Amino acid sequence: MIGPNDLARMIWPDIDMLYPAKFVKRKFIPDFAGFEGTLCQISAMDDLIAARMQMAVSLGFHIVFACIGMTMPILMAFSEWKWLRTGRQEFMDVAKAWSKGVAIFFAVGAVSGTVLSFELGLLFPGFMEHAGPIIGMPFSWEGTAFFVEAIALGVFLYGWNRLNKWVHWISGVVVGISGVLSGIFVVSANAWMNSPTGFTWKDGKASNIDPVKAMFNDAWLSQALHMTLAAFVATSFAVAGVHAFLLIKNRNNRFHRTAVRLALSFGAVAALLQPISGDFSAKDIAKRQPAKLAALEALYKTSKPASLVIGGLPNDKEERVEYAIHIPGFLSFLAHGDFEAEVTGLDKFPKDERPPVMITHIAFQVMVASGFLLALAGLLFLVFSAWWKPLLYRKGWLMFVALLTPLGFIAVEAGWTVTEVGRQPWIIYGVMKTKDAVSPMPGLQYSFYTISTVYLLLTGLLIWLMRRQIATVPMIYPSAAPESDLNLKTDSSVKTGTVVPGNK
Amino acid sequence: MLSIIIIILGVSFILYTLLGGADFGAGIVETFAGPRGTKAISKAIAPVWEANHVWLILAIVILFSAFPLVYSTISTALHIPLMIVLLGIVIRGSSFTFRHYDVTHDNTHKYYTLAFKISSFITPFFLGITLGAMIFGEITLGSPVSFFEGFIKPWLNLFCITMGLFSTALFGYIAAVFMIGETSYPLEQKRYRRYSKMFLLAIIVTGLLVFIAAEVQGHHLVSAFFKSWLSITAMGLVALITLLIFYFFNHPVIRLLRIAVAIQVSLIMLGWFAIQFPVLVFEKNGNHLTFYNTQAPYATLYQLVIALFIGLILIIPSFYFLFRVFKKPKEQKEVI
Repeated sequence: MIGPNDLARMIWPDIDMLYPAKFVKRKFIPDFAGFEGTLCQISAMDDLIAARMQMAVSLGFHIVFACIGMTMPILMAFSEWKWLRTGRQEFMDVAKAWSKGVAIFFAVGAVSGTVLSFELGLLFPGFMEHAGPIIGMPFSWEGTAFFVEAIALGVFLYGWNRLNKWVHWISGVVVGISGVLSGIFVVSANAWMNSPTGFTWKDGKASNIDPVKAMFNDAWLSQALHMTLAAFVATSFAVAGVHAFLLIKNRNNRFHRTAVRLALSFGAVAALLQPISGDFSAKDIAKRQPAKLAALEALYKTSKPASLVIGGLPNDKEERVEYAIHIPGFLSFLAHGDFEAEVTGLDKFPKDERPPVMITHIAFQVMVASGFLLALAGLLFLVFSAWWKPLLYRKGWLMFVALLTPLGFIAVEAGWTVTEVGRQPWIIYGVMKTKDAVSPMPGLQYSFYTISTVYLLLTGLLIWLMRRQIATVPMIYPSAAPESDLNLKTDSSVKTGTVVPGNK
Repeated sequence: MLSIIIIILGVSFILYTLLGGADFGAGIVETFAGPRGTKAISKAIAPVWEANHVWLILAIVILFSAFPLVYSTISTALHIPLMIVLLGIVIRGSSFTFRHYDVTHDNTHKYYTLAFKISSFITPFFLGITLGAMIFGEITLGSPVSFFEGFIKPWLNLFCITMGLFSTALFGYIAAVFMIGETSYPLEQKRYRRYSKMFLLAIIVTGLLVFIAAEVQGHHLVSAFFKSWLSITAMGLVALITLLIFYFFNHPVIRLLRIAVAIQVSLIMLGWFAIQFPVLVFEKNGNHLTFYNTQAPYATLYQLVIALFIGLILIIPSFYFLFRVFKKPKEQKEVI
């Protein structure tokens, strides 16, 4: 541990020569000498928690921007394509307005992604030392894809009036494709942590490394699929929610109507596909990571057949779940496709190899609940747009969509909690424990406090900035201006020429 | 295989210094240019800075895939300066973007500008400190004696601080030269020329300081320098080019000036590289980490080369396209 006097000596190495030692001790803050032993003992555990928390905060922050970076370019390109095909102003306006938002989110995503590429080493050097050569390949592909994405986005954002329309549109498509690819590559690296292959582990060292096999590990496909769909669901519903909220005030606004419709069509399809991909993932982890499945289902005892536990609070001491709904045999069916199959419980694992049940179980419930609500909303949207179009602009429906704004991202965060906490105590499943990979530097919690403060501040600023951006929309985009509102008979309360929000 | 990776690592590092350096330097130059420079600077770097930034990510990815022990050693021992670099990158990137895209202009822009400027100074300074610490040789592998010995002493010393100053001056210089060509007003150009000369002088002074500090702290950089013919040649060429640059400053040949400066900076880095090759991290106990004793298995290097090769085939033309789109005069007035 560093004492304050060391700090003083660091700034002024000769300080001991100038002042007698006792004086230095009194002058500066009292030495920690007496505490040192205890402090170090406490901080060893603290550091692991701090490192994991910092990683969680950094990932949780970055994933939002990563999702937006994967989805928005495709939405923008789709809107621009509609504009190119129909020539209708609102499609171009929507694409342009979205692209300005994306520019801000993309920049924050780029820098927070850089933070992660360093943090892997800053927090878990023991992990990167061994995993680097094995999973370096997906990261280098991700670097390439991200590079292409950044360049194409530059072209897309600043090329509206400098390029041929179709060339511009293609640049948007390139942004979308490379965004999705870079997401898939990173997820493949994470999948390797859950399903480590492509090497032989002997005496704490990896040999016989096969990066290609490591990249296309068993968990790769199910995780990549689930994450890509999740990015589409979360971003589309968040975008639709914001526009729906603005539409409540003025329900004939062409700009917001177009935006909601575009975003929801993507979100609906993705949200309906997501449960299928979730089932695929569940069957996969039942095979590969039974401890994770047991933790997220709070299945303490190996059962045959096993019942599905919905909700409830896991009680680790008595090894049972309180206040939960049990559906007999259903977990066996979901995990193995057979109502009578045996499902491995936590009792098959030694106590120090069980993931934290409480967090994993609750996060899983949150993810599934949010996912199903979004899928229901998606289904309603598809049904309404096929048969009851007017319902799409009813106040109740718009309020419902507006309330769903954060839900997709909540599901994404909860899902990552399930996969990361559910893998504990391992950092590389079955190979290396997280506590053996953490940085030996004491005082990691200060790093954690700093990064959390900065990210909290940035989140606040971003929300504020987005509100300012939205306020100017009616002034910038012709189709969002009150004059271009649709004159529908059904709604006589069209407010033309009323106060434009933000127009001071 | 290894040599290809070393070359790509070197190239991406040089490109990051040149392109990312221009972006970070922009904040430094803006401090001198004041509000008058803000608009031109924002316009010049907004379309390209994110793409420029990826060179750093690329260098990091190469480092941890191909030389994992180097990456884990640096990130352990130099946790603090690297964390500050990261904070600088985050704050600089977001404050710049927020300022650039915020449609309403009011007092808040003052804060963005302040954050942008401060982080533009801090990041190159601590990058320099990190590089300095890699060659200073105070890093210890394994469990350190104390927190100070292990995590502070390797980077907090006179030598590393002079390295920090040197890299700050270098970044400012690159940006000042870059900005000469980004404005069409003769008066503005004249001002950026003056800044360029000022920063060039600062580079020479801080460069000398680096060598002096190294000698003072017992790191024999000068003798190492004279042992390597490559670094002597590089420095000789740097001297020649510097003279040429002074000539270009007074003549309207912006493109030549840019090329000359790019060569100059690359040569400085090449000379540096030659001094310490093949060592990447000097350790206290003499077990220096080199390209050779930390390289990843062949299969990894092979896959990495393929990925980088395909990547560069995709990246270089698109980069060229991006720069060309923005350097040609606009056909129409921009609407947004």
